[in-house]
Amino acid sequence: MSPTVPIRFAYARWRAPAAALAFAVGAALCLPAAHAQEKVLRIAMTAADIPRTLGQPDQGFEGNRFTGIPMYDALTHWDLARADAPSVLVPGLALSWAVDQKDRTKWVFKLRPDVKFHDGSPFNADAVVWNVRKVLDKEAVHFDASQVGVTASRMPTLRSARKIDDLTVELVTSEPDSFLPLNLANLFMASPAHWQKKFDAAPAGQPPAERAKLAWTAFAADASGTGPFRMTRFVPRERLELAANKAYWDAKRVPKIDRVVMVPMPEANARTAALLSGQVDWIEAPSPDAMPTIRNRGFVVYFNQQPHVWPWQLSFAEGSPWLDKRVRQAANLCVDRAGLLKFLGGMMSVPKGTVPPGHPWWGNPKFDIRYDPEAARKMMADAGFSAAKPVKVKVQISASGSGQMQPLPMNEFVQQSLKQCFFDVQFDVIEWNTLFTNWRRGAKDATANGANAINVSYAAMDPFFAMVRFTSTKTFPPVSNNWGHFGNDEFDKLIADARGSFDDKTRDTALAKLHARIVEEAPFVWIAHDVGPRAMSAKVKNVVQPRSWFIDIATMTMD
Amino acid sequence: MLATLLRRLFYALPIMAGVALVCFSLVHIAPGDPLVSILPPDASQDLQAQLRELYGLDRSLVEQFLSWVWRALQGDLGTSIASGRPVAAEVIKAVGNTLRLAAVATLIGFALGCLFGFVAGYFRDSWVDRAASVMSVLGVSVPHYWLGMVLVIVFSAQLMWLPATGAGPGGSGDWAWNWEHVQFMILPAITMSVIPMGIVARTVRALVAETLEQEFVAGLRARGLTHLGVFRHVVKNAAPTALAVMGLQLGYLLGGSILIETVFSWPGTGLLLNSAIFQRDLPLLQGTILVLALFFVVLNLIVDVVQTLLDPRIARA
Repeated sequence: MSPTVPIRFAYARWRAPAAALAFAVGAALCLPAAHAQEKVLRIAMTAADIPRTLGQPDQGFEGNRFTGIPMYDALTHWDLARADAPSVLVPGLALSWAVDQKDRTKWVFKLRPDVKFHDGSPFNADAVVWNVRKVLDKEAVHFDASQVGVTASRMPTLRSARKIDDLTVELVTSEPDSFLPLNLANLFMASPAHWQKKFDAAPAGQPPAERAKLAWTAFAADASGTGPFRMTRFVPRERLELAANKAYWDAKRVPKIDRVVMVPMPEANARTAALLSGQVDWIEAPSPDAMPTIRNRGFVVYFNQQPHVWPWQLSFAEGSPWLDKRVRQAANLCVDRAGLLKFLGGMMSVPKGTVPPGHPWWGNPKFDIRYDPEAARKMMADAGFSAAKPVKVKVQISASGSGQMQPLPMNEFVQQSLKQCFFDVQFDVIEWNTLFTNWRRGAKDATANGANAINVSYAAMDPFFAMVRFTSTKTFPPVSNNWGHFGNDEFDKLIADARGSFDDKTRDTALAKLHARIVEEAPFVWIAHDVGPRAMSAKVKNVVQPRSWFIDIATMTMD
Repeated sequence: MLATLLRRLFYALPIMAGVALVCFSLVHIAPGDPLVSILPPDASQDLQAQLRELYGLDRSLVEQFLSWVWRALQGDLGTSIASGRPVAAEVIKAVGNTLRLAAVATLIGFALGCLFGFVAGYFRDSWVDRAASVMSVLGVSVPHYWLGMVLVIVFSAQLMWLPATGAGPGGSGDWAWNWEHVQFMILPAITMSVIPMGIVARTVRALVAETLEQEFVAGLRARGLTHLGVFRHVVKNAAPTALAVMGLQLGYLLGGSILIETVFSWPGTGLLLNSAIFQRDLPLLQGTILVLALFFVVLNLIVDVVQTLLDPRIARA
């Protein structure tokens, strides 16, 4: 038998299956290619749980960053398109707004037409009124206590909303307050129609308040906003999946990425490992020790100036050594911030005040915060201190905590730095949540445990958060966070001027005056500003890290 | 028998009540504000008071305790302050995930522990014994969260063989016993198994060594049994105690491990407790501790009953 015969025979016999196999292999090869067309961005957050998805996120501004801004819109937005200038306010679901010149507690907002929620229902003035009532009107069926805390405190003067017509709404404040448009960036618009469906689906036999609670729980698992991404899957405590909303109203922000997966991962080393192993494409706050490895493996580390202040807030209670302005200013001149910057591998920016030079609220303060130990020692000597007779200060700090950067090594660095200027610094190290609670109670409370300074980092996005709550006599503890009881008539007047200036430029000028005076009076030792580091795979493109707590995922692309 | 069972059950009731009281008291004694997760630091006094009232935190502790126990008796552990979700559902899901991980870790720990223990005991004072003993001492001594991080660095970050975190490609909700999911369990299960492995190995080694000293072993050898034959008899003698020790270890593992589950982001009771502690989520914290504590009470009750069934002398005592 010729050897060629069986081969031909075999070929003939196996031709059909071979063709089928070739087709299958070809298809299999093509399938991943087709699958690869879907651009999926996987993000590891620092949060221990997925921030609440029902419209008003918890977990601080990380919540707004990941389950607020991508899924929802507010009447006003922060401009996140620029990395080289402070983030400013731009129109969101409101096209324009103006205060009533006769009664400055009333604002009229003109709404954007033709905007739809993810469930297809229209966004209009009724929706705005409904969303204001969800946190301010206890009588409303859909009032939700769990959303009140994170909302009402961020817009402390907002009282009510009234529909004027379908696309016009009036908002009323308790007092004239020019900060309202800035505050409203925190009020996200959830779909009333979608919530109503959830309410109707709740067991009818229960009281309305109980049904409303169930409706909000159901809404959180299947949310509907107007944002560039819509919710597609929610596994509590594990993952949140969003899909691109291709019908988004802002053409520039229609997502190019098809799907976003968010995973809570509170442990920094776990996040770093997840990035290095290819499990995620983006991690928040990578472990500082891992930065060189992350960069060496081809990942990109993004950071920028952030309105995130890491200071010592000083006590003005009776007997505090900080009552002497020379001591406060000397401490500000004695911190080797360039050394700290190097110590942190470049992951901080050197502060000159609460806001940086060039910011609309900067104001050219007469006191220049810099590293000048000679000048500091002279001030301390004038105040009666020396190496033999150092001033004793006690600072309440935490060992860890959200936004606290690296509190132990950073505070120890500052302790060493201040030693050369006759400061004898002691620490009272307490657990983060306890420190946070004490912050509300103030330096005169027993929880201060004799401390005359406290180290709690804070957001400086809007004027109230950045300055007012620390310098007004109306915000002394336990009302708000003026832990050190700093304030006087001059500062109250500067604040009133800013609050009563309704033109943006005038308001910014008033705020600049306030900021300049704060820096000059130095109720803080400004030590560092966080830069919000995050590491991403090189395949994530068009990343703009603005000077903000937030970042826009909608404009990003992926290879 | 029924009387014994009822008596045991009766004894368990005050323990359960005590557990509930301790759970409630401990979380309320801890410093910090339970509203910290939903209330920003600059919240006004009015707002704080309003939320305290809405969440019932303005009532006396006795009132809060009685209300919590009454609802818990009806299966309602309350609602998480931070997430707004029912605590019972959260705890049940987390317990399921921890059970799965603990079962696999127990299997690994028991298999390796027995292997090292039997080998070390049988070849006592040889290099095999020393090597196996080193392994068991390491198992007991090495901090498991450190081992977890090392395993992640080697097998996930460097070699990229196994996922570093999570409980499945789509979360733990759609768990299946296939490679796609099981690969997520390998590193945490190995990390979790090292302590039981070390304890079982040391126990078994001592048991085997003790058994080998007994006269019946010399008799077996005198009758010409091979090493394997003698080994088989030794195993039979050591097995019940080894099983008892492993049972205890399983009990500990079922409580979850805060550190391991945090390192691997494994959504079990440990991670849930961690999250509840850091968010000061009192209902979630109370509910999780209560369920875990009652789990142990029930386990002890079952053990008591089984022991009574096996040994009637206990019932008569």
